[in-house]
Amino acid sequence: MQNRKNRQKSKRIFLIPLFITIAVFFSLTISLPGQENFPDPEGKTGTPTYGDAFVVGEIGDARTLIPILASDSPSSYIVDLVFDGLIKYNTSVELVGNLAESWDIEEDSLVIVFHLRKNVKWHDGYPFRAKDVKFTYECLIDPKVPTPYSGDFKMVKSVEVADDYTVKIIYKEPFAPGLTSWGMPIMPKHLLEGENLLTTEFARNPIGTGRYKFKRWKTGERIDLVSNHEYFEHRPYIDRYIYRVIPDSATMFLELETLGIDSMGLTPLQFTRLTETPFFKKRFQKFKYPSFGYTYMAYNLKDDKFKDKRVRQALNYAVDKKEIIDGVLLGQGKVSHGQFVPESWAFNKDVKPYPFDPKKAKKILEECGWRDRDNDGWLDKDGRRFEFTILTNQGNDNRRMTAEIIQRRLKDIGIKVNIRILEWSVFLNEFVNKKKFEAIILGWGLGREPDCYDIFHSSKTKEGEFNFISYANPRIDRLLIEGRRTFDLEKRKEIYNKIHEILYDDQPYMFLYVPDSLVAVHNRFQGIKVSPIGITYNFIDWWVPRDRQRYTY
Amino acid sequence: MMKQIFRNNQAVFGAGIILLLILVAVFAPKIAKYDPAFINIQSALLGPSLEHPLGTDSLGRDLFSRMIYASRIALLIGFIAMGLALGVGVIFGSLAGYFGGKTDSIIMRFADIMLCFPRFFLILAVIAVVGPNIFNVMVIIGLTGWMGMARLIRAEILSLKTRDYVSASRALGASHFFIITKHLIPNGIGPVLVSFVFGVAGAILTEAALSFLGLGVQPPNPSWGNILMEGKAVLGVGWWVIIFPGLAILITVLAFNLLGEGLRDALNPRVER
Amino acid sequence: MIPILIGITIISFAVIHLAPGKPTDLMVQLKPNVDLEAREKLNQIYGLDKPIYVQYFNWIKKLARLDFGRSFIDNRPVMEKISERLPVTILINVLAMAIIFLFSIPIGVKSAVRRGSVFDKTTTIFVFMGFAAPSFWIGLLLMSFFGVRLGILPVSGIASLDFENFTLIHKVLDVMRHLVLPVSVISIGGLAGISRYMRQSMLGVISQDYVRTARAKGLPEKTVIYKHALGNALLPIITILGLSVPSLISGSVIIETIFSIPGMGRLMFESVFTRDYNVIMAGLVVSAFLTLFGNLIADIAYAYADPRIRYGK
Repeated sequence: MQNRKNRQKSKRIFLIPLFITIAVFFSLTISLPGQENFPDPEGKTGTPTYGDAFVVGEIGDARTLIPILASDSPSSYIVDLVFDGLIKYNTSVELVGNLAESWDIEEDSLVIVFHLRKNVKWHDGYPFRAKDVKFTYECLIDPKVPTPYSGDFKMVKSVEVADDYTVKIIYKEPFAPGLTSWGMPIMPKHLLEGENLLTTEFARNPIGTGRYKFKRWKTGERIDLVSNHEYFEHRPYIDRYIYRVIPDSATMFLELETLGIDSMGLTPLQFTRLTETPFFKKRFQKFKYPSFGYTYMAYNLKDDKFKDKRVRQALNYAVDKKEIIDGVLLGQGKVSHGQFVPESWAFNKDVKPYPFDPKKAKKILEECGWRDRDNDGWLDKDGRRFEFTILTNQGNDNRRMTAEIIQRRLKDIGIKVNIRILEWSVFLNEFVNKKKFEAIILGWGLGREPDCYDIFHSSKTKEGEFNFISYANPRIDRLLIEGRRTFDLEKRKEIYNKIHEILYDDQPYMFLYVPDSLVAVHNRFQGIKVSPIGITYNFIDWWVPRDRQRYTY
Repeated sequence: MMKQIFRNNQAVFGAGIILLLILVAVFAPKIAKYDPAFINIQSALLGPSLEHPLGTDSLGRDLFSRMIYASRIALLIGFIAMGLALGVGVIFGSLAGYFGGKTDSIIMRFADIMLCFPRFFLILAVIAVVGPNIFNVMVIIGLTGWMGMARLIRAEILSLKTRDYVSASRALGASHFFIITKHLIPNGIGPVLVSFVFGVAGAILTEAALSFLGLGVQPPNPSWGNILMEGKAVLGVGWWVIIFPGLAILITVLAFNLLGEGLRDALNPRVER
Repeated sequence: MIPILIGITIISFAVIHLAPGKPTDLMVQLKPNVDLEAREKLNQIYGLDKPIYVQYFNWIKKLARLDFGRSFIDNRPVMEKISERLPVTILINVLAMAIIFLFSIPIGVKSAVRRGSVFDKTTTIFVFMGFAAPSFWIGLLLMSFFGVRLGILPVSGIASLDFENFTLIHKVLDVMRHLVLPVSVISIGGLAGISRYMRQSMLGVISQDYVRTARAKGLPEKTVIYKHALGNALLPIITILGLSVPSLISGSVIIETIFSIPGMGRLMFESVFTRDYNVIMAGLVVSAFLTLFGNLIADIAYAYADPRIRYGK
């Protein structure tokens, strides 16, 4: 009897919290008003309307919104929307005016004169003037400002303000990449003068001239931007731009599927497999365009094994780039033809990538004296086995997998390859910068400007500089300098085509692949056009039909 | 009587699984059909089949083989890390308990301080400095896990050192070292061993968590944690890459916990009378 | 207390500074064009050219004013970064703790009172499973089931996009919806431990003489259990409450990373990846202080609950 009572009582005290929790749980799973609003998936055409928000998911949070200090991609992402440079690229990858209406190149290419737009205002209402340009330049060359962008501006002798809307840039010597460098976002003098750029509040409350105005930044969570109604081109149709930080790609994809975000960059696996579902296709549009960059394996040219150009060429025959692209990128990329990507005007169409031909590779190596004399399965020469180690950084699975494929292919022709994965800072500091490596796998993200003086000129081999492979070719040196001094596009094209050809023949790197950028965007967004410079260039023209708008606050 | 058997059954069950795991780890190359690092893109993300009993991952590697090899890492880290912790804990604890006074208060204060840190934070911080790899993970888990054991052995020794046979031994001129190692530690080690078994379970979980975050065992070495990390990326198309490593961790940790419980009950008849 | 505080700062400092290389190396190397001069300058700014004990004293002097220096990554004061992240972590853990106690005490009591029953066995199994299952795994499973498959709960974050336009009630509900999954994951793990302790503690108490005496006096069983035994069995649980603070904070790293919650754990995790040493040191110190604070509260609660302590025994 007592026992039963006790049992009932204990059952009860156990049930109460259970009941409460279950009740709370279920009440929370009931969707709240404004929470879910699955749009009708049919696309609509018509006249653009204002409204709605664009929510993009990114892995990392921004660090600073000071344009000249923003070197990581999340920061640059926001800076691009909030600020403008004097010039920008159009969809044909040509330079056009942005904050500058036009420009003249004078005095044997030593001087660039920018004519600025007159109707531009900073987001606080203050007019944009030539002194802002000069101020930005002064910050860039200030030794106390740790900006990664000062290199191009060190070639400038002076910046003169001719009047409120005219700036004159005088170079020490003709410097063709200089023009591109003025795509650098311009900062407001009236707000930043006398401020310490490292500690100023401006870094978290930026005022620019751009398409979107900064509204709020919840660290580690999101950054909110609102459309700039006064934007000099026109008011963007999408009212709000929300940048959500989701530090994990898998979670981000779940957020995309549950419409917590409208757009994200996809991994090759997500692009090829996870997005091929009816559910996904009904709600999202996918875009794919080539990225401006490539992945390569660099040889240490100070190493005896790699000094002979023919050996490097042989290795290039021995590795199947297509296999790497299929395996690592799941086909979402192209074979790299050398320093320039196919979309660049500097790209030389006559340069053909080597076919995959291990027999030829073996033959060339034999001509160079590498053959298997002791029958151990590995090539040797002067009593030494052909063996080397590929270094790459940890955390990049694509590079690791690439190394593994190269390892297997070179084994087929009798070369022993070891792989060592190193922590990024150790990799860079102790091995790359100090040139303590035989071969490394890395990637370059390139700008549209083809100048690659820093990468291949023989003077750029000091510790920490980018010619860490110790490449030295007098012809390339000469062409690189000529390319920097020539403004005429046709002549420049010839020069860079030549550079492209020589570099591919020299094979200082084994050029591997150019990955594609893969993006998903919710299909309520209209007006998206893919171009060689991506999809976001015309973001102010994207719009959502009124009946499909999700965020109506 | 029935209860006794039920309890013992738990411990036996746990020990059985652990034994099985050890065998799997030792004979991994015999059991695994494939090279755990062999990449075959053509067979990526295949579901479980006769060919691949647990399916394949996004690089076409055989999940079963990877899981088998990963058991080596889990057990290795569990035992070595906790072995280290055991060593440090026993040395500190017995010194503190035996000598008492200043030695005791310094060592135990140090243990108190270490216990104030959330362990995972401390591990993360050290990894930030020394970098992630199997060896570092083992050492760090070990060096952050000795405090409980030190306390236990100290308590045991405090009560043991007043026993007659210890006094007798001392009177006969035995050295401190002899007394500690021959009389005190062997008699007081029981509770510490229980704690060791639980510690192994904890270390396996910690390693899995670290590897899951990309801060533990580095690929291509398979560990249950980093297989799960890869599984997360295929959530929605490859459930098997998520389910199986999670189950493996669960079963392993469960086995150690059951064994630990069983041992504790055996040593603690008061509660389980 | 004071020696422990000092010890905490020493260990936090030592962990970072005894490693080869200087933190500024890492700051410099990510931007290849910062030259040697800049490196020297950074060393001076951070005082890294001074002997290590001087560095420690400088650091501790600032720390006394709650100044942890600035983050290497975005140059913001570390204290600011931590204080904007801490509340979420505390909220989640307090909620989880509440749920854990709400469940584990009844479970523990019941399985102790009816030891060997089906209930005891099933909860034991469940509890062991919950204890052994990795939290990130449970998190992933719950996330894909409730978030994606059923689509009834948000997958990540702590608030909806239009949060600030919501009414107060709506806001509270919104945050709670977001916290259901993370709090559940933490609770499942914690439940196992605490209910186990509760069971053991209860078993211990039930076998005590005074309970037997009470029974022998013919008091009804429920009076015996809930009046005499439960109160005493709860005492050790109070201590456990204090002791579980560090493990809860540890767990927040995983939970916050999976569910994209901008709390302390994720800050720590991000700082490890970017080697933001000032933030890491501060994170260690703050979390250790929190633990001390938790223990203190537990001690006070214990003193309040246990009359023996009040008499200074």
